[in-house]
Amino acid sequence: MAPSSFAGPSEPGSVAGHRISRRNVLRGAAAGAGAVTLPALLAACGGGPGGDGKTVTMGSNASDPVPRKAFAEAFGAYGKQSAEGRKVKVNTVDHNTFQENINRYLQGQPDDVFMWFAGYRMQFFAKKGLLHDISDLWAGYKGFSQALEDQSTGEDGKQYLTPYYYYPWAVFHRKSLFRERGYQAPGTLDEYVALAKRMQKDKLVPIAFCDKDGWPAMGTFDYINMRTNGYEFHKNLMAGEEAWNSRQVKEVFDTWRRLLPYCQPDANGRTWQEAATSLQKRQTGMAVFGLPHPGQQFPESEQQDLDFFPFPVINPEHGQDAVEAPIDGYLLAKKSRNLKNDKTMESAKDLLKWLATGEAEDIYLRHDPNNIAVSSEADTSGYTPLQRKAVELVSGAKQISQFLDRDTRPDFSSTVMIPAIQRFIGDPKDVDGLVNDIERQKKTVFASG
Amino acid sequence: MALNTARRTGRRGPRRFTPRDLAVLGTLLGIPLLLDIVVIWGPTLASVALSFTSWDGIGEIRWVGTDNYANLFTGYPPFWPAARHNLLWLAFLGLVATPFGLLLAVLVDRGVRFSRFYQSTFYMPVVLSLAVVGFIAQLVFSRDQGALNAVLGDTGDPTDWLGDPDLNIWMVLLAAAWRHTGYVMILYLAGLKAVDPSLKEAAAIDGAGETQTFFRVVLPTLRPVNVIVGVITVIEALRAFDIVYAVNKGRNGLELLSVLVTDNIIGEAARIGFGSAIAVVLLTVSLGFVVTYLVQEIRGEKTR
Repeated sequence: MAPSSFAGPSEPGSVAGHRISRRNVLRGAAAGAGAVTLPALLAACGGGPGGDGKTVTMGSNASDPVPRKAFAEAFGAYGKQSAEGRKVKVNTVDHNTFQENINRYLQGQPDDVFMWFAGYRMQFFAKKGLLHDISDLWAGYKGFSQALEDQSTGEDGKQYLTPYYYYPWAVFHRKSLFRERGYQAPGTLDEYVALAKRMQKDKLVPIAFCDKDGWPAMGTFDYINMRTNGYEFHKNLMAGEEAWNSRQVKEVFDTWRRLLPYCQPDANGRTWQEAATSLQKRQTGMAVFGLPHPGQQFPESEQQDLDFFPFPVINPEHGQDAVEAPIDGYLLAKKSRNLKNDKTMESAKDLLKWLATGEAEDIYLRHDPNNIAVSSEADTSGYTPLQRKAVELVSGAKQISQFLDRDTRPDFSSTVMIPAIQRFIGDPKDVDGLVNDIERQKKTVFASG
Repeated sequence: MALNTARRTGRRGPRRFTPRDLAVLGTLLGIPLLLDIVVIWGPTLASVALSFTSWDGIGEIRWVGTDNYANLFTGYPPFWPAARHNLLWLAFLGLVATPFGLLLAVLVDRGVRFSRFYQSTFYMPVVLSLAVVGFIAQLVFSRDQGALNAVLGDTGDPTDWLGDPDLNIWMVLLAAAWRHTGYVMILYLAGLKAVDPSLKEAAAIDGAGETQTFFRVVLPTLRPVNVIVGVITVIEALRAFDIVYAVNKGRNGLELLSVLVTDNIIGEAARIGFGSAIAVVLLTVSLGFVVTYLVQEIRGEKTR
């Protein structure tokens, strides 16, 4: 530094100004250098060891401690059983961050194998050419039902996903409460409403209800829709092929409105944890949830008191055919550089083949009992009674849906449907205005390619 | 010192730069200029350009003209509430929180008892990030498990402070103001300490009352602080995001322009064109304030 070059005919004040600006420059340069090197560093992390062809990198969204440990056990077991010395190197990213960045992740430098969801959320990326076709592996897979195969198949009829586990949605309640008061699990909507009325007389809030997080109420919407109009309609509606201002959708909201007086009021201000706690505290009688949700708010000693029944029948034509059971699984990222190496590709496919076995699922579920295995070859003897009941529910399903936010475009579900359902909960009277609004936005979202 | 001697011996009139000077000046001006272009102007212009397209971040970019804007103003229900909430935020911070911060600063400066204690208490929230303030707001205002409803003892039909779309924006504003007030207070306190006491004495001798002294003498000398506080208030109002995002992801009565931008751009299948259009609206609003501020500053400098 040569201060004399700055020593012109200037006031002391502006000398100070120079000094500040110089410091800013240095700071800016440091930040700039950071901005330049950061992607390179990230890329270096994503690239991983590429040479040996035996190490497969795995992009994991399992950031919660229980699943994270369970996955580590499963991948460890894979390394142990592999005669060729193959192993898995896991890169775990926070669950929501992973989800929000998936687009850039898959286009940039993804891991070889990554965890993701089945159904539309997978098909979307398959259509964009970001996934490897694994139809050859599927030809050899055993123990997967037709419904699972459908959910793993892209719009082009090829398979892209290796399913691993799922969890069904149902109406949860406390066994002891039902026994004490003599409640019977309802089979039809009328019985459901009758039971709710009885609970109200018994000074209970019949149905725990929450939607502060934006997604929990979608489960109720899906079930009313599939029970009223069937799975095919659900699928087409989610794919943007049916009109949201149709008679069928209005009927769904009308039925829902009939149930709202029995639900906890002010659902938009309640988190799902708070709703599940009210179920645990016997303030509420029932709640529509996924298998992993209510149990987390129940103490260890009360776990076996948790029970569920399938969402009641609305239209006998559709009965209880469809079960909402989001599936998680593994996919191969097309942009992964390592997979261009045939040896690594072979290792990755070997890993998927192993993960598709019942044994691999057993290892995972032993450490995470909040889900159930997709393979019919998995060992269910270690399951809790609730898990066993869940298996029965899903294996008896004629169709398996994923969930509103997994069965449709993510931009549609997050920017249109979450506000729409919250608006309905806040003001259930204006169904016509609501569905017209949804339809108008749907057209622009789905038109954007 | 080298600086001083150089100045004393410095020649008057236009100064010639040696090639070395030019090189140093060029580099030191060039780097920030380059950074400015790459980090600020590039993305800004890219946003403006993208706002006329439809792009999901993967496929091709399609030119759609002003469709995004037409859509935004007529077919996107959260937009107008979001714009309203941003303005409400600005009004609330500017008309309630900032004057209140000034009041606290004056009180603390006059040395009420325990003023040190008050000073640190009011300043405490400022060190918390707005996201943390959002979490605290949830602990206080949650309908079923919140502290406020527990204190009110309202168990029959408790108020849903954060879930009622007519109410929650005020609760969040209260939480944001809690933090903003402390910030403003500390700034004014520093300013007040620097006011020359002889000014007040002179005013007192001239027979000015206390209010008169404050508004006619003290406040005008605080002009630099006023400008900083004004700028901070505007920035806080326009960039408000964290707190509503922590509370309910900025939905159901808590929509803000910044949240809509994030919702549309970040995510699995981004509507980057549409999100950019919202960002451009936010940019235009900010530019309005920036231009007003600059015009004021330049005029102020001329009259000075």
